[in-house]
Amino acid sequence: MSANSLFASAAALRARRLAQGRRMDRLFRLATVLFAWGVLLVLGAIIVVLLVQAWPAFSRFGFGFFTSTAWNPVTENYGAASSILGTLVTAFIAIALAVPISFGIALFLTELSPRWLRRPIGIAVELLAGIPSIIYGIWGLFIFAPWFADNVQWRISDTLGNLPAIGPLFQGPPIGLGWLVAGLVLTIMIIPFIAAVMRDVFDVVPTTLKESAYAMGSTRWEVMRHIVLPYTSVGVIGGIMLGLGRALGETMAVTFVVGNAHDIHASLFMPGNTIASTIANEFTEATTVPHRSALIALGLILFIITFVVLALAKFLLLQVERGQGQKA
Amino acid sequence: MHFSRLTKFATGASLAFMLGSVAHAASVKQITGAGSSFAYPLYSAWADQYAKQTGVQLNYQSIGSGGGIRAIKSRTVDFGATDAPLKEKDLKKHSLVQFPTAMGGVIPTINVPGVKPGQMVLSGPVLADIFMGKITQWNAPAIKQLNPGLNLPNMRITVVHRSDGSGTTFIFTNYLAKVSPAWKKEVGFGKAVNWPSSGNVGGKGNEGVAAYVNRIRGSIGYNEYAYVTQNHMNYADMINRAGQRVAPTAANFASAAANADWKHAPGYYLMLTDQPGAKSWPITGATFLLVPAKPAQPERTKAVLKFFDWGYTQGRSIAEKLDYIPMPESVVKMIEATWHQDIHPTIWK
Amino acid sequence: MSNPKYLRRRVINLFNMAVAIALTGLALFFLGWILYVLVVRGIGYINPALFLQSTPGAGIPGGGLGNAFVGSLIMSGLGIALATPIGILAATYLAEFGQRSRIATVVRFINDVLLSAPSIVIGVFVYGVVVEPSGHFSAWAGAIALAIIALPVTVRTTDTMLQLIPDQMREAAIALGTPRWKVTVWIVYRSSLAGIVTGVLLAFARIVGEAAPLLFTSLGNQFFTGDPNQPMAAVPQVLFNFAMGPYENWHQIAWAGALVSTLFVLVLMIVARLLSASSKR
Repeated sequence: MSANSLFASAAALRARRLAQGRRMDRLFRLATVLFAWGVLLVLGAIIVVLLVQAWPAFSRFGFGFFTSTAWNPVTENYGAASSILGTLVTAFIAIALAVPISFGIALFLTELSPRWLRRPIGIAVELLAGIPSIIYGIWGLFIFAPWFADNVQWRISDTLGNLPAIGPLFQGPPIGLGWLVAGLVLTIMIIPFIAAVMRDVFDVVPTTLKESAYAMGSTRWEVMRHIVLPYTSVGVIGGIMLGLGRALGETMAVTFVVGNAHDIHASLFMPGNTIASTIANEFTEATTVPHRSALIALGLILFIITFVVLALAKFLLLQVERGQGQKA
Repeated sequence: MHFSRLTKFATGASLAFMLGSVAHAASVKQITGAGSSFAYPLYSAWADQYAKQTGVQLNYQSIGSGGGIRAIKSRTVDFGATDAPLKEKDLKKHSLVQFPTAMGGVIPTINVPGVKPGQMVLSGPVLADIFMGKITQWNAPAIKQLNPGLNLPNMRITVVHRSDGSGTTFIFTNYLAKVSPAWKKEVGFGKAVNWPSSGNVGGKGNEGVAAYVNRIRGSIGYNEYAYVTQNHMNYADMINRAGQRVAPTAANFASAAANADWKHAPGYYLMLTDQPGAKSWPITGATFLLVPAKPAQPERTKAVLKFFDWGYTQGRSIAEKLDYIPMPESVVKMIEATWHQDIHPTIWK
Repeated sequence: MSNPKYLRRRVINLFNMAVAIALTGLALFFLGWILYVLVVRGIGYINPALFLQSTPGAGIPGGGLGNAFVGSLIMSGLGIALATPIGILAATYLAEFGQRSRIATVVRFINDVLLSAPSIVIGVFVYGVVVEPSGHFSAWAGAIALAIIALPVTVRTTDTMLQLIPDQMREAAIALGTPRWKVTVWIVYRSSLAGIVTGVLLAFARIVGEAAPLLFTSLGNQFFTGDPNQPMAAVPQVLFNFAMGPYENWHQIAWAGALVSTLFVLVLMIVARLLSASSKR
């Protein structure tokens, strides 16, 4: 009798515990869903506010806004072409250089570095992310750009500048300002974002996976290339997205070194601009409605660019995954 | 347990939030203004001294003239500051009162090998042609004619301008538009314009322009006076409206200001460029303040006006030390009369 | 072992490893270069006044960044405090519940778009939804703007790390009858702690250096204040104004401030690393 009642109360307790656990589960899940929607909501709200404020520019210039290179605050005639192109070019330079460098760093940190060196170097690389972007700008303006103009730029002009197809990309006066220098400064700025994520995801690759490959006689590089990279491809792409986002939207550092001319030149050495730099340069002083809304429209276009670039990246990733599925 | 503590914290925080806003409204210990970066050094120096003397803190932040105008229109600050004055129509529409607070000069800065500060002289039309890209060499006949004694190099001119919208650009281009019909027609004037010369370079802020001019051989730019004196930049003299050669000095800016006809400028909308007078520096400009005509918090607007009354009188030496030109006393009298006339009387009780 | 195919593989391996070391050296070189410049130009003005005094007006000798250091700490702290729980919970949904569902895909996509939002645009947005309705600039508005910038970074990194925790770990715990939330908190969060900390650090590092979004939100303050309802100073904003201003003591303060804030981020990263490493054990 007494034993039975004991069992009964134990069962009741367990049932209560379970119910409580389930309730907590539901609550927890609800909280996560809520905040996930929150992220959507934030961007939605930003886009609505921007659309309202950018509308005067879109209705005034129509589709021509995207293709026009005009930028005349006096006659209130604006076009986004030079800013769009500058954004794409500088971000492309930065990603093209930063991804391999970051990969090298992550490889070094996870596979090659002696244990005692790992943490200091890891922190050092992350520190690159902690330097305020204004400091990159000032360093770029006063130190890197002059050094680049005096020591590197003319050498590139004299060599690459004479090549048939890509020659025009590397010609121009050696003033050290322009798309290329902006791209280089961006490269340094986004390396820590990509490298830190790559290192973290490489770190969690199960050792058994790697060890079985080593046991088969694979070299370090082969393990990296054929085991680690495929296993972490989603995370690696995530890191690249992080860096790309930063490169597309970075403002202050670019503004200092891009040269700030609303022109499109064939050469990477000539002064240009980006969407973010144009906004940073003119927004605070823009007093008329068309000027302000043209700048906000540029901000909206940056979102569209990001959208397209991301969609392309996702598509590529899907192709990669499908390819791997077939191989396996 | 955890959650209840969290909610307690949240209600506590929001209570503090509300209390904070109440306390904020009750006493005028700190007033807030924003706008023009040209005026930032002056207002920050005045505020420093004023706080020491009176205990009232005036927090001025340079967020650009556009930002300042926007902020005062939506009344999120106690005053706005702008280098490009608003037209009377806009003042009426947004119920604002505008007045000038100080003046300053803009100087053509150059980097020409073999030419020392103040050795070269330029005229308005020649300056306009250089910035339009019509004159592209330092040894062009037009420049040679003005500077017969100088050994001018055969060097390409690189035009450097402000990349950010700026009151300095507003004053500079306003001058070029006054002296060159071609500039007026093809470029016009504003805080940002479409720079016509090819291969021109935009520097961010005065410091950006100064850095480029100092570095790029054969370049020409324009800077506020303070940057020229503080950084010992190389500059050119100008030929003014009276046909006289003038150097950029405080006395010559003041001469331009003295000849200004503020009396017949509604809302004090007046540009001081290309003024008459033998000693007048031709590229001179003023910076302006905007306060609400019918303030919702009269005691705050009153505190703003008190501050600037102090600046007009006791802040003169600070202004001069920072290379600004204080408003002449006669103009200050006019401005203070305007306050009494245009700002809602509740404020004077 | 001397067959040519094997030799070729070894050569490729050695070459690539050498390149990895060289690239790490390159990144460290740039870091060293920037730090060198900061130290050389900034060290001369590191003194108690830099931390104790407020930002000086133009032409007034001395002064420091005390108000800006406090302001940056308050606003970045509030920003991270807002963004971290939201970001981690949102990422938890993505990695634990949403996984590959359509809604999770959309949220991830939107989050990545948010990553590249130019910071000044976010400042303009917060000006419209917080500053204008409340009628005045405030540190709260600045903190909200910073939180919006930190949020996508936190979501991105946390989601990435959670996804890499093998499902077997979750399944083992669930099979023992552990409630789902406990699995997430005690197993999943715990094993990915280092990665989550990295994400929060990157987010903090990102916002502590932001000037543009504060221009229209917290505005800045020449005087000292600890009240988040008031306009508040921030280091990057002062650095920008002072580095671009004409006066020599402004330049000195700007370089010293740049050095101090960089060292601060360095210390923060080392401390956080040590903490996350010791809790793992």
